[in-house]
Amino acid sequence: MRSRLLGLLAVVVSGVVFLVPFAFIVLTAGKTRAEASRLEFSWPAQLRFAENFLEVVRARDYMLIIAYINSTVLTVASVSIMVVLAAMVAFVLQRRPSRWTGTVNFLVLAGLIIPPAVVPTIWVLQRLGLFRTMPGLILVEVAFGLSFCVLLFRAFVATIPRALDEAAILDGAGPLRLFFGVIFPLLRSVIVTAVVVQSVTVFNDFVNPLYFLPGDRNATVQLTLYNFAGQYSTDYHLLFMNILLITIPPLIMFAFFNRQIVAGMTSGAIKG
Amino acid sequence: MVTRSPYPHWFYLPAAVVYGVLFVVPTVTSFWFSLTRWTVFDSTFVGLDNFVTFFREPALVKGLTNTLIYGVVTSGLKVVLGMLLAVLLTSQIAARGWLRSVVFFPVLVSTIGIGLTFTVLMDPVDGLINQSLAVWGISGPAWLTDPSWALLSVALVDVWKGVGLATLIYIAGIVSIPAEYFEAARVDGAGAFARFRSITLPLARPATATVIILSLIGGLRSFDLIWAMTRGGPGFTSDVIASVIYKQYQAGFYGLSTAGNVVLFVLVTAIVLPLSRILNRREVEL
Repeated sequence: MRSRLLGLLAVVVSGVVFLVPFAFIVLTAGKTRAEASRLEFSWPAQLRFAENFLEVVRARDYMLIIAYINSTVLTVASVSIMVVLAAMVAFVLQRRPSRWTGTVNFLVLAGLIIPPAVVPTIWVLQRLGLFRTMPGLILVEVAFGLSFCVLLFRAFVATIPRALDEAAILDGAGPLRLFFGVIFPLLRSVIVTAVVVQSVTVFNDFVNPLYFLPGDRNATVQLTLYNFAGQYSTDYHLLFMNILLITIPPLIMFAFFNRQIVAGMTSGAIKG
Repeated sequence: MVTRSPYPHWFYLPAAVVYGVLFVVPTVTSFWFSLTRWTVFDSTFVGLDNFVTFFREPALVKGLTNTLIYGVVTSGLKVVLGMLLAVLLTSQIAARGWLRSVVFFPVLVSTIGIGLTFTVLMDPVDGLINQSLAVWGISGPAWLTDPSWALLSVALVDVWKGVGLATLIYIAGIVSIPAEYFEAARVDGAGAFARFRSITLPLARPATATVIILSLIGGLRSFDLIWAMTRGGPGFTSDVIASVIYKQYQAGFYGLSTAGNVVLFVLVTAIVLPLSRILNRREVEL
């Protein structure tokens, strides 16, 4: 009985601790400016969700819309490239032990641990004419996300029987047909995991756009939010509407892909 | 005719080009650039000057110690709280699945959004946290504006946001422990605490290793949350290496900024590599 009560208490406490901040975001997003500026945790006197929504969207020449487009382009492009390139690496890495295997494994681990060197990366991008461009940022995200995807895919490729490869090769399939026609489709479930986890990561990324794609015209949603907080520091109702709007995409992802996200993020727990 | 492997090495090539050009080259050249005085216009070799500056300037040394404090505090709390929450969420309680989602969701939300929200919640006077504490008669600290609290406050928010991942990793670890062990212990008359101490704790060791390594890697390079909440302030009391790198970059001291990167690189590898070796070795001995 006592442990029952203790359990119930723990549930209530963690519910409060983890939910109240989100409730605060939603409530403040629906208040008037004056009411929001009191920073209270209370039900809005007048519900102003629609007005605040329109005001945030219109702010600074529809900056938020542009930012959403930018973020979508960035996320879709970088995650697609990342997934295909990483799957190719993982496939050969798992199937063909050679003098390269050790080097590749080392580089994959290095990518997980080493913090990227910021200014030298800018220097390289400048040399290539890609600094302050969307393609440049896309490639940066690809480079930083490859390691995670390779690790995830390599473990999965190991579970695909080699007999499938051999059958395809006997049928006359070259490496490209073998990979894209046979192996890649079989990776589907782990690809969904990688896509979901990396989409959330790239969409939420603040640091790389800040360094590699500065400037208002190119802003991604995270930068918009950050700039917004600086410019409209007293407009809490709009700030929280903005936070609410950028919380929705991950929420949708979570609602639909809960299982895949959890699988991807805890994949390290089994192997250590 | 030479038979060609169905697993050609050129499959590495596209990834190698992107990774090599945008990750390996910058990492390697950073060692050279950290030895130069480097501005927009040119760079001159100055030897170890940047590192001397880095370890002499109080603001920069503070960044170094703060990075260590931040990494240790966040990963320590994530281990303890993650373990407790995982034990709670694998026991027979109401609303278990729902609570797992609730605890995990902050992991997926924008760090900047969380940071700005908590900046408001941690307002010294009107903020919800201090208002709630006042109800119980406690006067809360000025979380983000008090120099002795600022770094810790950000670290606590980091834990709030990240503990869900630690919890999930622990849940995966605890669930994989065979139920017979608990059964046998119960038959032998072991209480809940004894079962936790001699079964859950040692057998969840791989999970502990993962949580420590992951949160240290994340904590030592952490930037966005600190930048969203305090920008390293008040003064430079909550600066970490990653925010020093950004500040020096903005100020145009590219060489010094890159030296910061090299210091961070050395710090992370010097801590994470030996630690993961130790943690994984012990796991084998068990």
